Amino acid sequence: MPNSTLVEAVNDALRVEMERDESVMVMGEDVGRAGGVFRATAGLLDRFGPDRCVDTPLAEAGILGTAVGLAMAGWRPVCEMQYESFSYPCLDQLICHVGRYHWRTNGAMEFPITIRMPTGGGVKAPELHEDSPETYYVHTPGIKVAIPSTPSDAKGLLAAAIRSPDPVVLMEPKVLYRSPREDVPEGEHVVPLGKARIAREGDDVTFIAYGGMVAVAKRAAEELEASAEVVDVRSLKPLDEETLLASVAKTGRAVIVQEAPRVAGFGAEIAALLAEKAILDLRGPVIRVTGYDVPFPFWSLEDEHIPSPARVVEAAEQVLSF
Amino acid sequence: MAQVVPAEGDMRRVIGDGEAQPDGEVEGLADQDLLELYRAMVLLRTYDERSVVFHRQGRIGTYAIFWGHEAMQAGSFHALAREDWIFPSYRESAIGLLRGMPPETVFSWWRGHPAGWWDPREYGVASIAVPIATHVPHAVGFAWGKKLRGESACAIAYFGDGATSEGAFHEGANFAAVMRAPAILFCNNNGWAISTPLSAQTRAATLADKAAGYGMPGVRVDGGDVLAVYEATREAVARARAGDGPTFIEAVTYRCAPHATADDPSAYIDPKRVEAERANECVGRYERYLRRLGLLGDDLLETIAAEAKETIRAGIAAAEALPAPDPSLVTRDAYAE
Repeated sequence: MPNSTLVEAVNDALRVEMERDESVMVMGEDVGRAGGVFRATAGLLDRFGPDRCVDTPLAEAGILGTAVGLAMAGWRPVCEMQYESFSYPCLDQLICHVGRYHWRTNGAMEFPITIRMPTGGGVKAPELHEDSPETYYVHTPGIKVAIPSTPSDAKGLLAAAIRSPDPVVLMEPKVLYRSPREDVPEGEHVVPLGKARIAREGDDVTFIAYGGMVAVAKRAAEELEASAEVVDVRSLKPLDEETLLASVAKTGRAVIVQEAPRVAGFGAEIAALLAEKAILDLRGPVIRVTGYDVPFPFWSLEDEHIPSPARVVEAAEQVLSF
Repeated sequence: MAQVVPAEGDMRRVIGDGEAQPDGEVEGLADQDLLELYRAMVLLRTYDERSVVFHRQGRIGTYAIFWGHEAMQAGSFHALAREDWIFPSYRESAIGLLRGMPPETVFSWWRGHPAGWWDPREYGVASIAVPIATHVPHAVGFAWGKKLRGESACAIAYFGDGATSEGAFHEGANFAAVMRAPAILFCNNNGWAISTPLSAQTRAATLADKAAGYGMPGVRVDGGDVLAVYEATREAVARARAGDGPTFIEAVTYRCAPHATADDPSAYIDPKRVEAERANECVGRYERYLRRLGLLGDDLLETIAAEAKETIRAGIAAAEALPAPDPSLVTRDAYAE
């Protein structure tokens, strides 16, 4: 698919996987007739019918709760949460059941449930449309989490999520839904979970980012006088420790960029990993550039909250001059 | 659509009181079925009473008592086919016994041993749900999923009166109705959620009234009358298989036992009421019914009781004979890959 947006790549992945496996079904609010508020499921109702592309009642816990039963009946449900902030009601099902049920059967039954949701800010939306709640999901045992930053990875990670025997949360940065564009592989395309990507090679400092923050880290790398490597985490759980540690072993310095609030965010997990396994490689402190510990602000102030390239450059200069 | 909104106090009954109220009968139930129902109730009763003793002896952990729920469990179970799936709450922890699950499996669950989990496909019994009402959407999703596959299986979810206050109940019930899922939402209304009486859960005249709001039939039945429960569930199953969607059943009883072994209801329940309710408990009521019919005498009663006791005795012995779980199990089975 030449010149494809991220949301078009998501749509293509759904179509390809639904054609490949008749047990894959898409369910959520407005996913059928409307094709999703971001058009991620456009055309699926016409192609696969109302049994496999289901407009559900407006009930996120009900969507994920019935998906558990659908999985027990042999389906592979792909649930859309319309916005990340609307996913909070489904955390009850996620924590109490989705992440535990495989364990509850002593490993006998699989729960191949995919939960898709847009994530993050930068799109000037009303309150509770711009959160970055990945840590809630990552922290839940039994759940895998991936966040793409390119159209090709969005397609490939979604395919991997749908094919996974485990429940996977795929968070799609909505700031990237319509730009940039790139050529996306046609047909079946799978990017395995648990593999990070070097988004830019460099020697002096490693910027570790995911989702919408990969572009911020890359812009910072362009602005920085020293040579910065950018690692796109892609898969938060399972985490590709090897790629992260190899990059930090090379550069000796790490700046973690995370849009979510700071305290106990996923960046803290990466910082702890580096403290445990890279201490002898580090030439300075691991620095986090994050959102603040506040509710995501009204959009007139969102650029003050979301990490900027300038803040990343400042952090890099701090660690480079340590 | 059939719409039933029963009035308060208007509960379906089949079993009489041996005096003013005559015994009824359920069409299609042979003598063998009637005795099978009795055996199931006695097995559940024996399991429950022995479990309280085993808890006191330190042989199982904290245990959720279901004394007085046997008619609701055995009666509804008897209306199901083997293909139908059961979604129990912890109050129905032993319902798998009726599907051939070994008692040691259930005892292991209460002993906190990994052998207490099972493969739900083996018995058509989902895992015991500890959180309140969150398994209702699972049953609904399963039923809906089977319908989408063109299969005839339905699903039954068991939950208590307190569960109807939870959002998960609402979302599950609404999904069931919207998707016309072949599901039975079975509410065992025993009047109490630990110490909270039904009057503090709802201002609705009856819980069955709630069904009307979802556009599904609501049925109110005497939860101490195993035959009435069976008949109501059989109708709900028939409706589900005919493609007419879900049914809400409110089975009314009174909690005559503590919520669990860790609970002391003397702090909040009038013991006189409990005493009166216990005198009319469901196993004895059914036993007297069968005696009036001439189907049950002392000899058969003793045989059935002895069989149940032996099953439970062997079950706890088998559970206690299991080796301690391997420590490596702690990190196993969280993920399939």
